[in-house]
Amino acid sequence: MRYLEAGKRHSVQFTLNGRAVEGEAEPRLLLSDFLRQHLGAFGTHVGCEHGSCGACTVRVDGKAVRSCLSYAVQMEGRAVDTVEGLASAEGLNALQAALQKHHGLQCGFCTPGILMSLSQLHEEEPAADEARIRDVLSGHICRCTGYHGIVQAALEVFGKS
Amino acid sequence: MKPPAFEYLAPASLDEAVAALAGQDAKILAGGQSLVPMLNFRLLAPPLLVDITRIPGLDYIEDWDGGLRIGALTRHYTLETSPLVKARFPVLHAAMAHVAHLAIRNRGTIGGSLCHGDPAAELPGLALLLDAHLKTTKRTIPVAEFYQGALATALGEDEILTEIMLPALPTGTGWGFEEFARRAGDFALTAVGVTVGAEARIVVIGAHETPMRLPAAEALFTDRADIAAVAEAARDEVTPNSDLHASADYRRHLVEVLTRRALTAAWERAA
Repeated sequence: MRYLEAGKRHSVQFTLNGRAVEGEAEPRLLLSDFLRQHLGAFGTHVGCEHGSCGACTVRVDGKAVRSCLSYAVQMEGRAVDTVEGLASAEGLNALQAALQKHHGLQCGFCTPGILMSLSQLHEEEPAADEARIRDVLSGHICRCTGYHGIVQAALEVFGKS
Repeated sequence: MKPPAFEYLAPASLDEAVAALAGQDAKILAGGQSLVPMLNFRLLAPPLLVDITRIPGLDYIEDWDGGLRIGALTRHYTLETSPLVKARFPVLHAAMAHVAHLAIRNRGTIGGSLCHGDPAAELPGLALLLDAHLKTTKRTIPVAEFYQGALATALGEDEILTEIMLPALPTGTGWGFEEFARRAGDFALTAVGVTVGAEARIVVIGAHETPMRLPAAEALFTDRADIAAVAEAARDEVTPNSDLHASADYRRHLVEVLTRRALTAAWERAA
């Protein structure tokens, strides 16, 4: 049984984009704040901080998760993936390149979260149709694009355009 | 930091969890998709969170004599994508599409949603519609006795929901689920779930402090030709409140429209 005292910092270890990381967190520290303030991983954006906007979405053990609705200490031993892990030495991945091509972003604030949700969808439901893609995008607030370019980009990557 | 300070305990077994809860002003942390926002808003300040997600053996969907037994830590996404759920309880499968969004469904649990007991949440209403039996660390509670008010259940402070038992639906049962929300994934302004077989069951969420069955409207239903009258009776049977999101009159109107649509769909699906 793991017990962590309130108001004190405790060691947390997990893998971030395949690399082992370690830090110290109070039990109440949100994963979103831990990523940005303790690990310097600023790719994950913080919007509403109560699970509505989708900007802070990361993947935990492969599943898209709101990092503002999880505590850093819950990540012990888990695999966390963020937008920083998507591109490789060769350049942007297919989803990122398609968003660029189809003008699927303007200010870019919502983009990291959208990429993490669409990544899970692409891996687990590669046959997803436009309705399913739009259903997943409904969990992400974008005030620039009107979603058109984002949907077009996703349709191309899912082989539906 | 947004949330208030709390002690954190992650028990490795149900026995440890029950012992940790006894006599404590604690909250159980499962998926956290309702609890964590409430803490971020500081609507709650529990001194202790007991994180039950490290307890093994509470995440499963299994046959139960033609129905299903579902472990309390089963995630919404697992329910939504389970072929077994879709085959045996298509109404539950359909309703899951209205539960928030992918990232919330990945994390939220069936047990957490049932125990949180939000009056506008889908799963408590579906549990009532499907006559669920809720197995806890102490006893088995029929869902009709589980909800006592908004966000209030029959659970004791050191009692943990472990399994949701859904009895098999009679062969040929028709079903319908209709929800109206202002935006995709929002809590329902109102939703109506129905099953139609030898008898009709009608459950409304978002119109009362708890999900509610409508026995007077149910009793009127014998045939397709009754649907309009049943929907009107359903409208007259609910007593919703007005709030920021909708007036009581508008919610009553929604109950009528959604009941009509749900019964029509159920009638067409019934064998």
